[in-house]
Amino acid sequence: MVEVKNVNKTFAGNRVLFDISTVFDRGKTNLIIGQSGSGKTVLLKSLVGLHTVDSGEILLENRDLVKMDFGKLKSIRREMGMLFQGGALFDSLTVEENVLFPLNLFSGMGHEEKIHRVNECLKRVNLRNVNHLFPSELSGGMQKRVAIARAIVQNPKYLFCDEPNSGLDPKTSIVIDNLISDITREYNITTIINSHDMNSVMEIGEKVIFIYQGYKHWEGTKDDIFNSGNEYLEDFIFASNLAKKVKNKMNIHNRS
Amino acid sequence: MRIFEAIGKYLLLMQKVFAKPEKASVYYKQTIREMESLGINSVGIVIIISIFMGAVITLQTRYNIETATVPLYLVGLTARDSMLLEFSSTMVGLILAGKVGSNIASEIGTMRVSEQIDALEIMGVNSACYLILPKIIATVVFNPLLTMISMFVGIGGGYLATVATGALSVSDYVYGIQYWFIPFYILYSLLKTVIFAFIIATVPAFHGYYVSGGALEVGRASTRGVVYSSILILLFNVILTQLLLA
Ligand SMILES: Nc1ncnc2c1ncn2[C@@H]1O[C@H](COP(=O)(O)OP(=O)(O)OP(=O)(O)O)[C@@H](O)[C@H]1O
Ligand SMILES: [Mg+2]
Repeated sequence: MVEVKNVNKTFAGNRVLFDISTVFDRGKTNLIIGQSGSGKTVLLKSLVGLHTVDSGEILLENRDLVKMDFGKLKSIRREMGMLFQGGALFDSLTVEENVLFPLNLFSGMGHEEKIHRVNECLKRVNLRNVNHLFPSELSGGMQKRVAIARAIVQNPKYLFCDEPNSGLDPKTSIVIDNLISDITREYNITTIINSHDMNSVMEIGEKVIFIYQGYKHWEGTKDDIFNSGNEYLEDFIFASNLAKKVKNKMNIHNRS
Repeated sequence: MRIFEAIGKYLLLMQKVFAKPEKASVYYKQTIREMESLGINSVGIVIIISIFMGAVITLQTRYNIETATVPLYLVGLTARDSMLLEFSSTMVGLILAGKVGSNIASEIGTMRVSEQIDALEIMGVNSACYLILPKIIATVVFNPLLTMISMFVGIGGGYLATVATGALSVSDYVYGIQYWFIPFYILYSLLKTVIFAFIIATVPAFHGYYVSGGALEVGRASTRGVVYSSILILLFNVILTQLLLA
């Protein structure tokens, strides 16, 4: 479980996060949604200590990340996996070496055992026969899968995903979303996902918080997101013309 | 005031760099890799430049002395001491600042903007230590070797120029390069090289590590890394010369 209490963040006088508080449960896919520039990435990176916040608490199973020194932070990070917006695979290493990387540094496993674990994770994300390719030789969707495999190779307790399906087609997006959701349940991970994709919300939004210009405007589940009554959220949900048309059609249909 | 801020930031980064590695064997492998990419790959350029430097020093010295009053073997001595004292360490330092420095800054800068550094951090790796320490060790160990190669090859370049042009007799040159040899000069040069190597590895790394933005900023950081490390090499050259030879 990750608890966020009154988190504020400023960059050189530019306030990005305003008094954010919420709770992300274990074994659930928690979504942070909002439009581009609303502060999702800053919030997610604050949760893992890549940004230092101005004030507030970030509790991982009651351990406050904000107060930790670098050494403590380093050790708690071994419980975390993270998926970055651009994949962030090491481009000088092959797929296998990428996934192997955390194991080489932190596990006491023998070589055979490590390779076995790597293949297990690659298989889990449905990747086969790509072990010796470089990231530049893979498609965007495959890179995302490798990144997921790398993120879960150390059996993390927490999984953070920054727009896992940015740059992917809708079908592949759903595959990735469901993969993350399945893994979350399988390994009972606390998963927090940034997204601006309503498809993801409807697919895996067990808990959703909506950020607008650095403020948390709403939280709930995918089932009550259409009855929020929050005008910014409605604006976000029905941002596309297609969605607006569907909504209008439905209103007419409901009235008749 | 900006400069003090930058120095402070640099020192804090160095504090992060000189930490205990998470796993010695992984860092060891990384260091070997860096030696190959930063050291061995520079041998060629060092040899080429040193041959020409040795040759031109020899010819210039020869054509600038009055043979009636000065014995010609002093040409060999001058070529040798110029290489030993100054050219091999400083010129090689400047050339490597350009070649290795831009390489380091752009590699680390690219890793920063593509979030690979964040990815390292999130795995629980001290990214500064992992990325920069092996580079420091590689250059500090390898650059003295490069400097010695340069000294040797440079003096050879003078020899080739002597043979090719006949500007002075080979026996004068060979006598000159052995005449009044002061071994301390080599030690002095190697000491300088070690300091230069540290600058070449850390200053561009600093610029790359704190890049924000995209490819354009990485390019800029790489240029800044080279410019600042070159200036620092020249500055420390003066300081070290005063300290060691005065
Ligand atoms: N390192 C930084 N330094 C200064 N300002 C920053 C930094 N990172 C983000 N910001 C600012 O914080 C605000 C929120 O950015 P953030 O990246 O969190 O948006 P986002 O919601 O993730 O958007 P997107 O969906 O486009 O990824 C932006 O106004 C941005 O300019
Ligand atoms: Mg973002």
